[in-house]
Amino acid sequence: MSEPESTFLIIGVGNLYRSDDAVGILIARKLKGMVLDRVSVKEQSGEGTSLMEAWKGFGRVLIVDAASSGASPGSVHCLDASREPIPSKFFSCSTHNFGVAEAIELARTLNQLPGHLQLFGIEGKNFQPGEMLSAEVEQAMELVVGEILQTISSLS
Amino acid sequence: MTKKTIKVDYLARVEGEGGLYIKMKDDAVVDVKLKIFEPPRFFEALLRGRDFKEAPDITARICGICPVAYQMSAVHAMENALGVKVKGPLRDLRRLLYCGEWIESHTLHIYMLHAPDFLGYPDAIKMAKDHKEIVERGLKLKKAGNQIVSLLGGREIHPINVRVGGFYKVFPKKDFESLIETLKWAREAALETVRWTAQLPFPEFEQDYEFVALHNPEEYPFNEGRIISNRGLDIDCSEYEDHFQESHVEHSNALHSVLKKRGAYFVGPMARYSLNFDQLSPMVREAALEAGLQKECRNPFKSIVIRSVEVLYACDEALRILGSYEKPERPYIPVEPKEGVGFSCTEAPRGILYHHYRLDEQGKILDAKIVPPTSQNQKTIENDLWKFVPQHIHLPQEELTWQCEQAIRNYDPCISCATHFLKLDIERT
Repeated sequence: MSEPESTFLIIGVGNLYRSDDAVGILIARKLKGMVLDRVSVKEQSGEGTSLMEAWKGFGRVLIVDAASSGASPGSVHCLDASREPIPSKFFSCSTHNFGVAEAIELARTLNQLPGHLQLFGIEGKNFQPGEMLSAEVEQAMELVVGEILQTISSLS
Repeated sequence: MTKKTIKVDYLARVEGEGGLYIKMKDDAVVDVKLKIFEPPRFFEALLRGRDFKEAPDITARICGICPVAYQMSAVHAMENALGVKVKGPLRDLRRLLYCGEWIESHTLHIYMLHAPDFLGYPDAIKMAKDHKEIVERGLKLKKAGNQIVSLLGGREIHPINVRVGGFYKVFPKKDFESLIETLKWAREAALETVRWTAQLPFPEFEQDYEFVALHNPEEYPFNEGRIISNRGLDIDCSEYEDHFQESHVEHSNALHSVLKKRGAYFVGPMARYSLNFDQLSPMVREAALEAGLQKECRNPFKSIVIRSVEVLYACDEALRILGSYEKPERPYIPVEPKEGVGFSCTEAPRGILYHHYRLDEQGKILDAKIVPPTSQNQKTIENDLWKFVPQHIHLPQEELTWQCEQAIRNYDPCISCATHFLKLDIERT
């Protein structure tokens, strides 16, 4: 089903049972609970080709995921994927080798990138099996929700 | 005397992260270690104390690539424990759902992870620059599998419509109309995929494996069957632990699964195909033979062709099921909790997935045991490398390393199922 270009899509990526890797999904659920106007929210596991399907038809997309770049836990990375390539090891916390970074770069090659694609990465600390977020990530989660709400309101 | 060590810290293009270490001395391999860092058996622990009805959705979270396999093994084991048998159209719908997962998982591996090896690209992104139409075909074919899983599973990621006894919701025939059209295209695309993969260059590497797969004389296996091998094994799933054992190996936190008194064995598409060729549909058998395959395949590099054959079968089987589909009278058979023990094996895309549960009288899970296919193939992957490396010792370091990684990718190891993260090191000293 094609989506109106004006609809803003937020995709939360992660795994609820891999500690800090859950943060993208938890943010997506928080935003979904707010029932925002002209905002659609989806959850994804991070498998790249499904991600490419998920954003099809949307002009403005924001992906939020846990990151593992070596920065201090809880740091928030914000990347404009429409303009700059994503380092492939940036999201190496994902268990999917064809993951977020690969999906973005393949879509760029195939001219399938959304017009605006923004990426929020929250640096994780612990990706071991578990259901608890690290304190640093939990704190960052609130900040990122605020940032996303601000981004949405600045566009509407 | 020459000493060589190949070390690769990160195994690319496997699901998860992997590590391999190979040591060579005077052109002989002296050590091969496939390293898997397995966390505590988190999910088995998580399941303890939960209601039997929760097992399908909890275990589906173990792997984003094969959630259906976990759901299917969970529901069959629970039904085994509770004395329920799902038959007829509900059973067909489970096969249909499994077809969707095989299409998704195999197509992802064929096009995005394995084909770049054969065509000399470091990844699918570089491959797409020169082979745009092929990559687009792969993406569209995978989407046909997604469509089955999203419709029948209730959503694309971590399907939620599967329950012990059947489904939460079943759909009228008209809901499948557009899916049928998609699958007709997919079957053609799958046939082209078989022809395309068949002409890739394969190293000569025939091995004498013990193949283990489910077998049912009436159908190519998804959900049910006896566990058989080409060396005489023929057992019910309830006897699995009498014949297979997991042992701890020093270099890996993962458990290596072996056949008692026999050692390594091989599960997955090549084992399934070689033990069940006659159960494939006629058009799929014909396509396989036309592609140059025999009724048995023992070269793991050709697993890309076998996966393509299984995608073709999954499309054909899905169309067969949908062709005679009528909405079941009720979406599930009611299931009452009781004390019991249940076992099951189903054919995940990567091979047999074993579940074993013990329930108390309220249906609470007392114990759970899960053996994913990648744990079962781990020793066989190491054995392949012991034999493959000496044959290619003359290659430059970088090329040999790549080929070793390719030899591992032959198994489409799903390390996110078997373990958490896997690092790969290959070393020559």
